[in-house]
Amino acid sequence: MRVNRETLSKALRAAVPKSLPVCVSFLFLALSYGVLMGTKGFSFVWPMCMSAFIFTGSMEFVTVNLLLSAFNPIAAFLLAIMIGARHIFYGISMLGKYRNMGVKKFYLIYGLCDETFAVNSGAKIPQGVDHGWFYCFVTLLNQFYWVLGATLGGLLGERLSSLNTNGLEFILTGLFVVVFLDQWMSSERKSHMAALLGIVIPVICLTLFGPDGFMVPSLVIMLVLFLALRRYLDDLKPEDGTDAGAGADAGVDALTAEGKESER
Amino acid sequence: MTMETWQGVVTILMAVLGTVITRFLPFIVFPESERPPRVVEYLGKVLPYAMGGLLVVYSLKNVTPFSGTHGIPEAVAITVIVALHVWKRNMLLSIAGGTAVYMLLVQVVF
Repeated sequence: MRVNRETLSKALRAAVPKSLPVCVSFLFLALSYGVLMGTKGFSFVWPMCMSAFIFTGSMEFVTVNLLLSAFNPIAAFLLAIMIGARHIFYGISMLGKYRNMGVKKFYLIYGLCDETFAVNSGAKIPQGVDHGWFYCFVTLLNQFYWVLGATLGGLLGERLSSLNTNGLEFILTGLFVVVFLDQWMSSERKSHMAALLGIVIPVICLTLFGPDGFMVPSLVIMLVLFLALRRYLDDLKPEDGTDAGAGADAGVDALTAEGKESER
Repeated sequence: MTMETWQGVVTILMAVLGTVITRFLPFIVFPESERPPRVVEYLGKVLPYAMGGLLVVYSLKNVTPFSGTHGIPEAVAITVIVALHVWKRNMLLSIAGGTAVYMLLVQVVF
C-alpha cells in the first residue's frame, strides 16, 4: 500500500491532541518508575529497555521487585499473564476497530496499553482522517512518552541514590486507586457491582491464600461469579436486538445456548 | 541487583512474552471474519471494572493489618487520594498528593 504524506500528516495532527493528556501522566509516571529503578541501583538502560519492550506500567513496577528477588522466570511469566489478563478484554473490545489494518495491526496490538486503549476505543476521529494511521500514531506517541519518561527517570534516579525515596513505590497504588475511582465515577450501578467484586474477592483470596498465591484463585472465582451473575449484570442485551441480521441471530443463539448450559 | 545480568534479562523477556500473549490472544482466537460469542462480549464489558479493583488489592498485598504499621500509612494515603480525586478529578494531583503523604508517613512518622 502506498501512503502519501498528506494522509500521514493529517493523522498525526489528529492524534497529537488526543494523546496529550496521556503525555503528561505518562511522563510523570514513567519518570517516577525510572527514578525508582535508578535509586534501586539499576542503570538507566534497564528502565529504558523495560519500558520499551514490556510496555505495561503495572508489570514494569512489579518486575522491579522480581529483579530484586531470587531468579524465577516462570513466576515472572505467570505474573505477566495474570496482570496482563485485562489486555485480553481490551483486545476483545478492539476486534472491530483494528479490523483490516494490514501490517499496522501487529504494532497496534503490541502497543495496546491501558491508556492507548482508552484513547483509541473512545476517540471520535475527524472526517477524512485515516483511522489506521490515527490509531498507529496514538499508540506510537504514547509509547514514546513512556520510554522517554522512564529513561529520563533512570538517569535522574542514578544520581538520586543518596536521596530517601522510601515510599515512592506507592505511586503505583495511587495510579490504580485513581483508575478505579475514574471507572467508578463514570459508570452506573451494575458496573459498581463488578468493581466491588473486584475488591472483595481478591481481599478474601488474599486472606486465604496469602500475597503470593491469591491472584489465580481471584481471577478464576471472579470469572465464575461473573458468568453466574450474567443475568443481573449484562446490560448489552437490548443492543443485540437492534443489531441487524446475522449479528442478532448469533446473539440469540449464544443466549439460548447459555440458558441450556445453566439449566444443566 | 541481586541476580546476574543474564537472569535479569531472562526475567524481563518472560515479562514481555507473558504480556504479548495477553495482547495478541483475542485477535488470534477471534479472527477478523467472525463475531465473538455474546458471552465474551459481556465479559469484555464487566471484567475491566473488576480488574481495576484487583490491581488496587494487588498493589497493597504486602500490607500487614495486624503488625508493623497496621496499614495506617496506606489507609491515610488512599483517603487523601480519594478526597483529592473526588474534589479536583485531576489524576496527577491525586497520585502526587497521595504518594507525597505516604512518603512523609513512612519516612517521618512511622
